Amino acid sequence: MARTLVVVGNGMVGHRLVQAVRDRDTDGGWQVVVFAEEPRPAYDRVALTSYVDGWDPLGLQLDGAEFTDDPGVELVLGDAVASIDRAARTVTTAAGRTQPYDALALATGSAPFVPPVPGRDLPGCHVYRTIDDLDAIRASAERARAGTGRGAALVIGGGLLGLEAAKALRDMGLSPHVVELAPRLMPLQVDEGGGALLKRLIEDLDVTVHPGTSTGAIEPDRGRLLATLGNGTELDVDLVVFSAGIRPRDQLARDAGLPVGERGGILVDEACRTADPHVYAIGECANLDGRVYGLVAPGYSMAEVVADRLLGGTATFPGADMSTKLKLMGVDVASFGDAHAATEGALEVVVNDAVKGTYKKLVVSDDAKTLLGGVLVGDAADYALLRPLVGRPLPGDPGALLAPAGGGGGGVGVDALPDEAQVCSCNAVTKGAIRAAVHEQGCDDVPKLKSCTRAGASCGSCVPMLKQLLSSFGVEQSKAVCEHFTQSRAELYEIVRVTGITTFSDLIERHGTGGRGCDVCKPVAASILASLGNGHILTDGQAGLQDTNDRFLANIQRNGTYSVVPRIPGGEITPEKLLVLAQVALDFGLYTKITGGQRIDLFGATVDQLPVIWKRLVDAGFESGHAYGKSLRTVKSCVGETWCRYGVQDSVGLAVELELRYRGLRSPHKLKSGVSGCARECAEARGKDFGVIATDNGWNLYVGGNGGTMPRHADLLVSEVDKETLLRVIDRFLMFYIRTADRLQRTSAWLDAMEGGLDHLRDVVVHDSLGIAAELEAQMAEHVRGYADEWAGVLADPEKLARFTSFVNAPGAPDPTIAFREERGQRVPVLLGTPEVISR
Amino acid sequence: MTVQQMTVQPMNAVDSTMWFEVCALGALGREEGVAALLPDGTQVAVFRTHDDRVFALANLDPFSGAAVLARGIVGDLGGTPVVASPMHKQHFDLRTGACVEDGTVAVPTYPVRVSGGTISLGRT
Ligand SMILES: Cc1cc2nc3c(=O)[nH]c(=O)nc-3n(C[C@H](O)[C@H](O)[C@H](O)COP(=O)(O)OP(=O)(O)OC[C@H]3O[C@@H](n4cnc5c(N)ncnc54)[C@H](O)[C@@H]3O)c2cc1C
Repeated sequence: MARTLVVVGNGMVGHRLVQAVRDRDTDGGWQVVVFAEEPRPAYDRVALTSYVDGWDPLGLQLDGAEFTDDPGVELVLGDAVASIDRAARTVTTAAGRTQPYDALALATGSAPFVPPVPGRDLPGCHVYRTIDDLDAIRASAERARAGTGRGAALVIGGGLLGLEAAKALRDMGLSPHVVELAPRLMPLQVDEGGGALLKRLIEDLDVTVHPGTSTGAIEPDRGRLLATLGNGTELDVDLVVFSAGIRPRDQLARDAGLPVGERGGILVDEACRTADPHVYAIGECANLDGRVYGLVAPGYSMAEVVADRLLGGTATFPGADMSTKLKLMGVDVASFGDAHAATEGALEVVVNDAVKGTYKKLVVSDDAKTLLGGVLVGDAADYALLRPLVGRPLPGDPGALLAPAGGGGGGVGVDALPDEAQVCSCNAVTKGAIRAAVHEQGCDDVPKLKSCTRAGASCGSCVPMLKQLLSSFGVEQSKAVCEHFTQSRAELYEIVRVTGITTFSDLIERHGTGGRGCDVCKPVAASILASLGNGHILTDGQAGLQDTNDRFLANIQRNGTYSVVPRIPGGEITPEKLLVLAQVALDFGLYTKITGGQRIDLFGATVDQLPVIWKRLVDAGFESGHAYGKSLRTVKSCVGETWCRYGVQDSVGLAVELELRYRGLRSPHKLKSGVSGCARECAEARGKDFGVIATDNGWNLYVGGNGGTMPRHADLLVSEVDKETLLRVIDRFLMFYIRTADRLQRTSAWLDAMEGGLDHLRDVVVHDSLGIAAELEAQMAEHVRGYADEWAGVLADPEKLARFTSFVNAPGAPDPTIAFREERGQRVPVLLGTPEVISR
Repeated sequence: MTVQQMTVQPMNAVDSTMWFEVCALGALGREEGVAALLPDGTQVAVFRTHDDRVFALANLDPFSGAAVLARGIVGDLGGTPVVASPMHKQHFDLRTGACVEDGTVAVPTYPVRVSGGTISLGRT
């Protein structure tokens, strides 16, 4: 019979434990019951600050957090464990449920420490730990916004969490002040020199820092709060966030008589077992070797240890890497190893570049041979390379390691790393594991490495290093489009944009490697020229660059005939137009099928029939659907509030508007979109490159979704925005994609490969961190203005029409290899079989 | 339908090649292809390269069985003039018909002559 594992706490670490047990317990030896105090399944607390970007709790939810399809797990939400009876081996919850256990794992995390400042319980005083905390902060911030002028907020504590809170408050439109007792920000991670630079960089971002002082008191003041600092400064603020450290939540264990550390934390051994062999403690509530770890990676290691032990293993806690790297409001900060040079005889090498705004310090052993740790502020690109070298012989002179050579790691290359070096500390992936994935599993790009090894799948800071490793393992990472250009597609795009080149011959002559071009670079160039608005795609000099689909403005099928797909914006079509399609299909004997994008595909047209068919369609008010192009395909929609009793917005109206706005936009790959009128998501918008879902208050925009062979749910980019904002963000998103993606790279793969991932994308297209938003918008405005139907353009031009002949010497003669038979009442191709090929 | 505009000219009695005029050179853009139909129903793909050389291959793509090679993109690979099949992108050497990706495959080639601004295909 299965034994019962009870897990108290469904935070990041508790969830990892359940997953690890379920992954390994293939015989069903354990039945798991999880009690969660919070009302929602486990979510990514590390990314809590990004909740502000969308206020979408589901966006933070951890993979597989619901366990709905797993009979081996019972997840009890919103019911905290109130007591443990170790003698009876049961726990009792606040709601009164008593649950027996064979093994108990405490994963209760920690609670924010709120210093005893008078006034700390006033309305408007908050902590920063849970989604509910952020909702409460948001409510206070909104109250502030309703008042006059710009609201202000006080963050007590200038550590990692305090700065995260400041960022969130700034994103909510408030002016944050940060008070830090220590003389510098992030005193735990950063030294004095780094702290000074960090303060300067953070203050440039509209955050006022008050170091070396405390908060004396908080008082109500005409609907706001008046905070008096230890140095006498008075601040009028709308809300206060305490982030002055955390304390392990060990009360449950104390009450049960389990020993805890002097400064808190449930004492555990290297197997994460408490004094009671049936009870384990993991994550931030545990105290191991006299330490409480406030980072998620050590907690994950503990979860893995316990899972192993429960299944009969003998794993022990491997020790923790307390390195940190983060990007705060766009400022890189990293610290690793012995950042404060606490080791006997440790030497420091510092490069402080006030002009560039970077501070780098390495801590090395007294003989300057071994790297012990370091601090990087302003530019942490070297972090991924330096951190795994901690405790190892330096591959070169310490000064050279900090030299501002490009490519990270200054003078060191990834080759210097030993195989045991951890490349991804979030998921404990070593260089050796990456090597194996490359050589044995054939991973040849970053997305494959991510899914194979999980390296880079969490915080993403090691992605640049993964790229370097790939090339060090001999995987060609060349971005060259083909043999004719050493440049990547994005680089060619920039060249064309900046130089104003309008023909392929100019491009290849001036920027190619010699030669005439091929079926790879020509369509790329054609697409770039079209994205940048160079007239009809069949104009002189461009027609020969186009893939056959673009060249005949139709989709080639297996017997060499084409299919015809007129645009049906949003999938909305009148009966009259349906009749036109039906009549055309009858007259030309075309096979008809409804597409996944809510339109009608007419198959079996020969090259010479295409213009005749399109003449009929254009006359009836249809236009090209660009089903043949690497361009916007369709914007699928549900019927929306007009008809649907659940709809909250006009999804069809928006879908039509989006489709008409972006139609004809040439891009690195096809683009699909969808609009759903409510959260039921009938239009499957989250499977699209950009998808929109209506809420009561506006629209949520999701990006980077994909179906097909690599399904990916789209990520929330902005939420509850009005239509104008929505269009602006989509404009920027699409143009940024067109600018920077590789050839045939869908938005999903583009986003996966992006350094900095979704946060970076959001910085660029929402917060305009690169200062290009206006340019991107202008470019889209130009596209919208310049749009013209490609098929109408062909029909109006005899030269273009002349291309649509079956045989140059016998126009109108049918291709003798094309034949049809009937299947289920329609014509389908007869396949002639592959003809014998000539052997040489 | 009948095959129009087709003239049969046995112009070179010595090697007994039959030449068929297919179109004016100007009807075929540089680095593009067109399909032509020979009287026996054979489909030929005719290509013109950047330097105004003209090549002719069978139009039938041996991999897909569809008569489409004339609709492929013309270019070069390592200096060899090629056309890429629009179906599955195999490349064929315009001079020899050899498939670049698969040495065991080749498509037939046809003699070509350009005179007086007219392209003619030969049949022996
Ligand atoms: C804003 C923010 C940013 C952070 N950034 C980073 C970072 O960049 N890198 C990093 O490594 N770490 C970071 N952390 C810390 C990281 O989130 C924690 O280390 C991690 O969440 C610890 O996981 P845990 O499961 O131990 O605790 P938690 O995630 O706190 O989970 C504990 C859960 O147990 C529940 N619980 C408590 N008592 C009971 C009970 N009696 N019954 C039932 N349930 C109970 C709690 O409600 C909570 O849901 C950050 C934290 C915050 C708040």
